[in-house]
Amino acid sequence: MRRPQVRCVGFLVTALLATAAPAAAQETPAGVANIPIAYITERVKELPPFSLVDQPTTDNGLMGARLGIEDNNTTGKFTKQKFTLDEAVVPAGGDIAAAFRDLLAKGHRFFIADLPATQLLAIADVPEARDTLIFNVQAKDDALRGEQCRTNVLHTMPNYAILADGLAQYLMWKRWANWFLVVGTGDDDKLFAAALRRAADRFSATIVEERVFDATPGSRRTDTGYAQIQKQMPTFTQGVDDYDVLVVSDERDAFGEYLQYRTWDARSVVGTQGLVPTAWHRSQEQWGATQMQNRFTKFAGRWMTERDYAAWLAVRSISEATTRTNKTDYASVNAYIRGPEFGVAGFKGQKLTFRDWDGQLRQPVLLTGPRTLVSVSPQEGFLHEFSELDTLGFDRPETTCKLNAPAQ
Amino acid sequence: MKVGAMVAAVALIAVGGVRSAAAETIYVTNEKDNTVTVVDGATLEVTKTIPVGQRPRGITLSKDNKRLFICASDDNVIQVFDIAKQEIVGTLPSGPDPEQFILAPAGNPLYIANEDDNMVTVVDVDTGEKVTEIPVGVEPEGMGISPDGKILVNTSETTNMAHFIDTESHEIVDNVLVDPRPRFAEFTADGKQLWVTSEIGGTVNVIDAATRKVIKKIGFAVQGLNAEAIQPVGVRVTRDRKLAFVAMGPANRVAVIDAQTFEVKDYLLVGQRVWQMAFNADESRLYTTNGNSNDISVIDVADLEVIKSVTVGNQPWGVAVAP
Repeated sequence: MRRPQVRCVGFLVTALLATAAPAAAQETPAGVANIPIAYITERVKELPPFSLVDQPTTDNGLMGARLGIEDNNTTGKFTKQKFTLDEAVVPAGGDIAAAFRDLLAKGHRFFIADLPATQLLAIADVPEARDTLIFNVQAKDDALRGEQCRTNVLHTMPNYAILADGLAQYLMWKRWANWFLVVGTGDDDKLFAAALRRAADRFSATIVEERVFDATPGSRRTDTGYAQIQKQMPTFTQGVDDYDVLVVSDERDAFGEYLQYRTWDARSVVGTQGLVPTAWHRSQEQWGATQMQNRFTKFAGRWMTERDYAAWLAVRSISEATTRTNKTDYASVNAYIRGPEFGVAGFKGQKLTFRDWDGQLRQPVLLTGPRTLVSVSPQEGFLHEFSELDTLGFDRPETTCKLNAPAQ
Repeated sequence: MKVGAMVAAVALIAVGGVRSAAAETIYVTNEKDNTVTVVDGATLEVTKTIPVGQRPRGITLSKDNKRLFICASDDNVIQVFDIAKQEIVGTLPSGPDPEQFILAPAGNPLYIANEDDNMVTVVDVDTGEKVTEIPVGVEPEGMGISPDGKILVNTSETTNMAHFIDTESHEIVDNVLVDPRPRFAEFTADGKQLWVTSEIGGTVNVIDAATRKVIKKIGFAVQGLNAEAIQPVGVRVTRDRKLAFVAMGPANRVAVIDAQTFEVKDYLLVGQRVWQMAFNADESRLYTTNGNSNDISVIDVADLEVIKSVTVGNQPWGVAVAP
């Protein structure tokens, strides 16, 4: 589900930062090492969720980070390490870079960045941010893993290419090789569509036709609104040469849900609605995920989302490093996370690691229907020399990221 | 060795057969069916299916061999099954979401891992009362007890530790970091070692019980099999510490290890997603639960051969063998 941004809460940035704890890693009298982590996000005005069946959230991502801190501290009881979360919630349109600089000034080196791509790059490019570790837990843009990669950024949220490849593998396993691609007019719609085109090429699917659907997100159908859609969608999908599946890229959740059951030809809808590739879903209960789901729901009072999961993984990665090395300084933690020994358990049946060529966390992709888990990619049979997870997204030989170059 | 079994063995050898007809009964919890399947050890046929609570997982025999304790995880209770009557006769409190548990060598109390609230609950099986709760790491699961009953070990899946707990004071006396996602902890019968499986790390960590240090990490490799498929869960060591068996999850195999040298001797192909195992009383047989193929495998320990698979219920999880 593509979810609109969270509701504006109206905090004052300065007020928040003034009350937060000092950031420098320090020994407390009890011999416990302090590990401060900063969380930064922008509160964007929220549109009503597309469906009344969706759960609205005001703290998407943040709750994942907070539960990560709790879990870290449960372990920390035994390792004598205490984690704290310094939360910078910048109001919509506020100065993210300034808020980030304030956090830097307090000594923070570990950041959970719950931001879209432009804001993420704005903070990563702050000159003083060179020796920091910033986790991207929101932006799926492929460019951030390619030409716009940064030495100080690691990504726990999968990028569009990973999600598109995960979906494509399943479609090819089903032998649904002829796709009718429908793309919305939003920027992110176009980004995901580009990833889908790449996936089609990669896994030998054919896009038999592409059409654009122009719709404004946020306008829910009222009263007898379904009658209009019932006429509109079949006409829109009429006259496409023989295709197996409709692949939709509607990241803003404006119209994609209307396609299923209304296509001119009887076909399944997949992509941003219908069968959706995602990092996390409520229906995921495999590999011990039930425990994670229970713990999160009890903690947050709502279900865990993709962004919560990505934030949780980022916070847990830091703890994995401090626990295994018994060190809490930035240099040791950063080196360990990027090193060969590191792995974080993410309830996906194998340990997850960061790609050394672009900083993306490798992970299986869940393919979910509205109520159940349908499959998990990589699909059986897609082989790879080093890790089957590298059949998803940008592999080493094709990367356009130059991590060793000076910061861009 | 039981007299009866010896007589039977001699009789069989005299006729030329080597496999002893076991008088034992195998009980298997079926996680998705909410039942327990009963298999006759002699015929290796299913004799009955007993409805139990929701999401039954851990199952263990009482010391007097008269009762079975079953974790009904989604009902948040331990069910008590009377073997003579062949029915559930009562429940014990367990704390939320019990998955695995272990009985003190004396037969009481029962130590239960509560996965959802990071606790170990201690329950008196005679009075049915909760004695205490011990806070541990995130997602406790594996439970091991030293043969003298003095040290309880609990492993936390997300904290990645083996917590050593003094059973008198109920205090944690030590925490040993192990490889990611430890699932199962088993003391050797001589109390000298603790074997802990790491599902995501793909290893077995052998810990010296006295020094509480990891003395050996055993890795596995199966030709043609992806390393990620090797996910050790259950582990059992023979009483004489000569052999150890490790259930390797989606690798669909049980690894056979020389418990003295820690060398992996063999991999036995069983059913799909093998997780838990139990010996019979004389360790002539090892039964494994294969969660995704809905069956159990019967391993002849002397020959190191899988002799049969028996279809049970959906998603078999735990197994206990009553003599």
